[in-house]
Amino acid sequence: MSQASNKTFAKSWMFAVYLFLYLPIITLVIFSFNDSRLVTVWSHASFRWYQALVKDSDLISAVLLSLKIAFLSALMSVFFGTFTAYALHRYSHFRGRMLLNSMATTPLVMPDVIVGLSLLLMLVSIQHWLGFPERGLFTILLGHALLGTAYANVVVTSRLREMDGRLDEAAMDLGCKPLQVFTLVTFPLLIPALVSAFLLTFTLSFDDVVLSSFLSGPGYSTMPMVIFSRARLGLNPTINAVATVTITAVTIAVIASSFYQSHVERKRKREVALAYSDKNV
Amino acid sequence: MNGLTQFFHNLFRGKRAVIGVPYGWFALLVLVPLLIVLKISLSEMEMTSVSSMIDWSNGWPTLKLNFASYQFIASDALYIKTYLSSLKYALITTILCLAIGYPFAYFMARSPKHLQPMLLMLIMLPFWTSFLLRIYAWKTLLVSNGVINNMLMSLHIINEPIMMMNNSFSLLIGMVYSYLPFMILPLYANLSKMDLRYLEAAADLGTSPFKAFWLITVPLSKAGIIAGSMLVFIPAVGEFVIPELLGGPDTLMIGRVLWDEFFSNNDWPMAAAVAVVMILLILVPIAIFNKSQAEQLEGKA
Repeated sequence: MSQASNKTFAKSWMFAVYLFLYLPIITLVIFSFNDSRLVTVWSHASFRWYQALVKDSDLISAVLLSLKIAFLSALMSVFFGTFTAYALHRYSHFRGRMLLNSMATTPLVMPDVIVGLSLLLMLVSIQHWLGFPERGLFTILLGHALLGTAYANVVVTSRLREMDGRLDEAAMDLGCKPLQVFTLVTFPLLIPALVSAFLLTFTLSFDDVVLSSFLSGPGYSTMPMVIFSRARLGLNPTINAVATVTITAVTIAVIASSFYQSHVERKRKREVALAYSDKNV
Repeated sequence: MNGLTQFFHNLFRGKRAVIGVPYGWFALLVLVPLLIVLKISLSEMEMTSVSSMIDWSNGWPTLKLNFASYQFIASDALYIKTYLSSLKYALITTILCLAIGYPFAYFMARSPKHLQPMLLMLIMLPFWTSFLLRIYAWKTLLVSNGVINNMLMSLHIINEPIMMMNNSFSLLIGMVYSYLPFMILPLYANLSKMDLRYLEAAADLGTSPFKAFWLITVPLSKAGIIAGSMLVFIPAVGEFVIPELLGGPDTLMIGRVLWDEFFSNNDWPMAAAVAVVMILLILVPIAIFNKSQAEQLEGKA
């Protein structure tokens, strides 16, 4: 193959993959503005399903519950994920390090149904024994926080590995205690990674249907649970409308956060350059 | 004495707390639950709760193990067929993701440097939008009166709708679609870090680009291939949502069986036994994945 035809092949391959990834999302959005009750037959444009959405109190209360759970579980995930990443990064040798590492990666790959079933059976055993917790918001929160911790650990670990270890050493040489090293040096440098981890774990929680189904009790239906039960029955135009609203919100958040990240990165590089130039003065 | 000084040393440096908190968290939410699943799989259902493992009927405690659920799984051909079918679909999904994702990640890693962050973000973006909604979107595309069939029929390319839904085709589309980013991201991370001078050296020594690709690029990206394949294969074996929304009566998947045992039949020991056998099937892939992750963290890969 010649160089030019190689390039064309590469471009068309990439284009085809992007098309495959975006085609369903684009159709979903387009058909949310369809007036017909039949989801897949275009009649004419309208906001009919958005109006139906505003009146859909089941779905709205589910969305509010999902937002609450996603926010709280993302906070928990970032907290425990940072702890895990810091422990594994800071201490390269301790007894049971391998086990901690394995336990932290297990929720990333373990099928959701197994994670959900095992957590539920544990919570039921505890409830049998102590009389709490009731199945509901708290139990869903715990499941999402577990999944989120595993992802937050990956995000924070990759940031810790990029960081210059000499900064910690310099701080210690200047008399910082280990806790001070963390709060004054490591933590500020980690903030962009913590923001990414928060957004990622928020989305994971907002998206989860399997863990929530296992762990929720009566009266606690999250948004994905409501959507899933409707999608099982067939096609439903209100789902298209919800999808469009969610996709718009997520796209804005992702783009805004990537601008923020690159802004922080540029600022950091500028400061580093400044610090080095000061030394030469 | 040495141990005691070490203990106080650690305590004052906060090492115990820093390690203890994540340890406790994961032990409580990963290790203990899996042990409880194992325990319950060896019990039997009694009215509304599962039988106790320790039997006091003789006046002293005796361990009571009940293998009924496992015997049932082993004797029922449908369970075995379902396990094999889950492994088959997971394997086909992994191969298709690799076949589509490897060239993609390769081209992405070789594209102009300033474009790469944007190309990467375009791969991540669908991953951020709801997985459930994207699977639902495929349903609207593939059903017999769906978007694709309607379009083809109005263009007179076909006269009758093509059956694309509730069969292995729709299942595999959904699986490949959902898991493709999990394959591309580790492959790209690996391929973009590769030292291109190896390829230049090979070209200088007269190796054809095709041969250099198979002899140099592919072996060097082994870690990415393993990580990506395991990230796709392991969760795919137990997938529930995709077969439930896009699969049909013939596309047997074990995740659905587990769900039904639990939610429809309320048979907790059976659901737990199905889960334990599933874990045994994916134990080797999980070990490979953990090993490759650990190696990557230590910088060996």
